[in-house]
Amino acid sequence: MALADIWGRSGSPENFISCPACGRRALKQVWREHINVCPSCGKYQPLKGKARLNLVLDRGSQKELFPEMAVHDPLGFPGYREKAEAQQEKTGLNEAVLSAYGTISNFPAVVAVLDSRFFMGSMSSTVGEKITRTIEYAGKEKLPLIIFSASGGARMQEGIFSLMQMAKTSAAIQAFSEAGGLFISYLTHPTTGGVTASFATLGDITLAEPGALIGFAGPRVIEQTIHAKLPKNFQRSEYLEERGFVDMIVERKDMKSVLAQLLSLHS
Amino acid sequence: MIRERLEVLDKLEKKIASIRESKSLRKQERLMNLKTFKQDLLAECKELNPAEKVYLARHLDRPRTDDYVAALFTDFFPQRGDHLYDNDKSILGGIGRYHGQAVTIVGQRKGHTAKENVEFNFGMACPEGYRKAMRIMEQAEKFRRPIITFVDTPGAYPGKEAEEHGQGEAIARSMAFMSKLTVPVVTIVIGEGNSGGALALSVANRIIMLENSVYSVLSPEGFASILWKDASRHEEACEIMKLTAEDLKEAKVADAIVEEPLGGAQRNPKLQFEYLDKVLEKELESLKGLSPAALREDRFKKFRSIGGL
Repeated sequence: MALADIWGRSGSPENFISCPACGRRALKQVWREHINVCPSCGKYQPLKGKARLNLVLDRGSQKELFPEMAVHDPLGFPGYREKAEAQQEKTGLNEAVLSAYGTISNFPAVVAVLDSRFFMGSMSSTVGEKITRTIEYAGKEKLPLIIFSASGGARMQEGIFSLMQMAKTSAAIQAFSEAGGLFISYLTHPTTGGVTASFATLGDITLAEPGALIGFAGPRVIEQTIHAKLPKNFQRSEYLEERGFVDMIVERKDMKSVLAQLLSLHS
Repeated sequence: MIRERLEVLDKLEKKIASIRESKSLRKQERLMNLKTFKQDLLAECKELNPAEKVYLARHLDRPRTDDYVAALFTDFFPQRGDHLYDNDKSILGGIGRYHGQAVTIVGQRKGHTAKENVEFNFGMACPEGYRKAMRIMEQAEKFRRPIITFVDTPGAYPGKEAEEHGQGEAIARSMAFMSKLTVPVVTIVIGEGNSGGALALSVANRIIMLENSVYSVLSPEGFASILWKDASRHEEACEIMKLTAEDLKEAKVADAIVEEPLGGAQRNPKLQFEYLDKVLEKELESLKGLSPAALREDRFKKFRSIGGL
């Protein structure tokens, strides 16, 4: 069973889950206590978008934004609708991004989370539009904005419409920023392609989860281009932090307190 | 395929040129036949499929940024480097005059020879290239010059240093930066425009595409390799990607299409410069009456509404 499925399938008879990285098993309950970080090897496993929102936002403060926005098929791409329906069925999501208003330790904020289970968190026209509406909502309400990225890049099935979301979201962040809005970009595994080359790298503050792959081109493409092996930690959070593209790597257990600290410093 | 037709056309033209001098009737008749054959072949070049357009967009003899700059602008003054780290030669930038008016020009470069292509990194920019473009465009904003960008790239360079120097950040910053400009910005897609590497210089009020240019989320080879794990299915990818100038016009990404000489721009570059000149002048003219704030708003709205839900 995939780790990403562990929360929310309470009826499963399997009480133990093995880590995809080290293979060691731990009780579901222990995984949950460690917020999907392997209790044995410390490797970060994905969090569902909803779980992330629940962890970050104060209990009872959450109001989901634009929940009705779902996959749309601008090119009439063969097989895309069916595939999207299967993903919706599997994840219970309409699209790869969730947006919500809420408070973080009593500081109000707007939060968007990309969910990598849905088409690898890829940028579709709905994802781009929903992110843009979320940015505009935060701008209008004069609230800080936090976006958790996790994306394999462009949604191939939407071709040029996927690409154009990069310009749209970047322009929206620009306007938000000029109006004085605070944008915290929170990079999780993996943040690549068109998401890296748009809103995800335009934060006032850039945070990252340990060990996350963050880059524009994928490592395989780079190795094919330069005909050489890349260093083991290449494009990982730690590598980017070392080079100053990430302000801070934050452990999952500290996620909420660091966000609260930053919101407080900007309040 | 267009490739074979162009090869035959080349041979035909050479043959026609070699016969021309003769006065013999038989040769005259043969010449007539050859010319008819040439016209028929050219007529077949009218309707090209997307894969054929990709072939033309990448043709080694196709006019490139440097050729357009030399043909359409006077007093060109090149500007070098990002003044931070490096001078990315895959980006040409500078100031010139267009019909007498000072403008800023930024373009992606490809070469006509292997040597030039190596020098220009096959049109693939590094972060330094996008930062150079931003530096040059910032001056256009300061001195109120319209900006003309030429797009011609297989994508941003996927190299180790490019990643280490923030390829993603440079592209994102360039788009955000272009979105706030208050001078007219016109982008011309002259060859192939792929991925964020192309979009980084395309946040314009007007996007002009040459008839056989293409613009897409990724190269057809990359697309086929991601979607079907098989890059050799690139021709099939061309068919469904909707990457031609007509497709892009329909998607409201492109605003105008520039006609190409039959068989592609490389068959008659001089004519191509004239065709582009007419459209470019018209598009710039259409932005003339707009205030700085209206220019920004116009550009923002264009990208805000693409693929509108």
